Amino acid sequence: MIEVRELRREFKVATSKGLRRNYKTVTAVDGVTFDVRAGEAVGYVGPNGAGKSTTIKMLTGILVPTSGHLVVGGVDPSKQRRDLARRIGVVFGQRSQLWWDLPLKDSFDLLRSIYRVSAQDYRARLDECVELLGLQETLLTPVRQLSLGQRMRGEITAALLHAPELLVLDEPTIGLDLESKERLREFLADINTRRGTTLLLTTHDLDDIERLCPRLMVIDHGRVLADGPLDELRAEVTPDRELVIDLREPGPAPDVPGVTAVRSEANGLRHHLTFRRAETTAAQLITRVVRQVEVHDLAVVEPEIDDVIRKLYQRQLDQDVRR
Amino acid sequence: MADTIYPRLIGARLRSQMSYRASFALDLLTQVLAQWVELVVILVLFSHVNALGGFSKDEVLLMYAFAGIAFGIADLFAGQLDNLPTYIRAGTFDVLLMRPLGTLPQIMVSDVRLRRLGRIVGALAVMVYALAHVSIAWTPAKVALTIATPLAGAVIFSSIWVVTCSVCFWIVEGREFANAFTYGSGAFTSYPVNVYSAPLRWLMAFIVPGAFVAYYPSLALLGEQDPLGLPGWVGWTSPLVAVLAAVVAGFVWRFAVRHYRGTGS
Repeated sequence: MIEVRELRREFKVATSKGLRRNYKTVTAVDGVTFDVRAGEAVGYVGPNGAGKSTTIKMLTGILVPTSGHLVVGGVDPSKQRRDLARRIGVVFGQRSQLWWDLPLKDSFDLLRSIYRVSAQDYRARLDECVELLGLQETLLTPVRQLSLGQRMRGEITAALLHAPELLVLDEPTIGLDLESKERLREFLADINTRRGTTLLLTTHDLDDIERLCPRLMVIDHGRVLADGPLDELRAEVTPDRELVIDLREPGPAPDVPGVTAVRSEANGLRHHLTFRRAETTAAQLITRVVRQVEVHDLAVVEPEIDDVIRKLYQRQLDQDVRR
Repeated sequence: MADTIYPRLIGARLRSQMSYRASFALDLLTQVLAQWVELVVILVLFSHVNALGGFSKDEVLLMYAFAGIAFGIADLFAGQLDNLPTYIRAGTFDVLLMRPLGTLPQIMVSDVRLRRLGRIVGALAVMVYALAHVSIAWTPAKVALTIATPLAGAVIFSSIWVVTCSVCFWIVEGREFANAFTYGSGAFTSYPVNVYSAPLRWLMAFIVPGAFVAYYPSLALLGEQDPLGLPGWVGWTSPLVAVLAAVVAGFVWRFAVRHYRGTGS
């Protein structure tokens, strides 16, 4: 679906000193390579200014790459912008493609004409989105009066009316409340699995990734730092896991081999045992623990996805320093 | 399949304006009055002199009316280009690039304001008055020219708008510069061009083809000689100049958008 090889994009930035204007070349995307297969759901994350939006703009045909090879849905985005537009859907969290003063339904009608969707297909697709996203009440409301959550659901419906093979979402959950976020994620997961729509989304909310994207790509300074299943990345950069046990009676932490650190809380009622995933499994550890103490409850805690990404950045930073 | 999307997009704009009915009526009236402010200037001028550049009051009013209608129509569609800096800054232009349509037509229909019809109505009234008072030896060809002139003028003005607003892709705040040409040529064309100094005349007549909006067609209609010595057939060439201007504008816009997307630099 997406084929990217050594993609680069430079910008010229004016730096004024006195009356003279000098131009400095800034590389926003610096040799990015990846593939996305049809039906995948990929999370594309990185800090502000990492090159996420620039990549998205090149994939959607808005910006033309400085160099590199790029094919999306079988076409070259920079040369066949309009063909591409018919085949992909794009949602920008921070800019609307709806008509501000018009009822939501009118925007959908206009998009139907723009994308030349047959009346029958349009009806079916709109009905499906309206029902799954709960838009019944808002169809006749002018877009300017919608809440952010309602508007985002409208944006996503708008992007799906022409049944795109690929849906690109730039910060789709930004600023939404928890309930709205959850509803969107559920819907996106559904169209990904049921309709097979390929998803590529950028986000700052890592719960989006956890819920939606089996595959994660991390970008910083225009380069891909990591690309793979979330679980693998987690195992690779954060070798430690944690077992939390609640005892029936307060007491000292059990002393078992394989535990690398212990932190205790609540006067010895709760203990956090850190262990290496490569050396011990949670099951082995639990068997040993219950032999020593009487356990009321326990849980295995995986490192937060934030930690994973922070570690990835750290690792890159260390490499840069050594270089 | 005939392209029905642009009429639909315009219809959508009009519907949303109609939701503010009272302010719409007031706006319309304001626009009629605005168009007539310039008229007052001409009338005051003629209360002191009998002729301007060799033309009578009614003849100048005819030029003023042609220019007014042409500018009004152009403003209706190309006027939206004044929003281009906002579009670029807010990223709305990217949304236009995401759609399977051309960017220029999308902008032109993005904000058609019906109240601008006020200008056209005001100028149309003056045209009717002027045509009734000047002496024209009517032929079918002249009737056609009378109808074609405001339309060709609208295309010429729109082209000027497109070309000068394209500057905003390089300098986002280039609007002031662009307006000097768009609104400037709007005011320029209301008077016979021979009242201006030579350099300005050449710039506005041939580089920015403003003189073809009202001045030369009026000469042809009135059957008068160009005081500047151009042959009489020049007055019939406005539609041709309009086509030429539109082609140039199309190329400039393409070049500018290409620059924006990153291949132009």
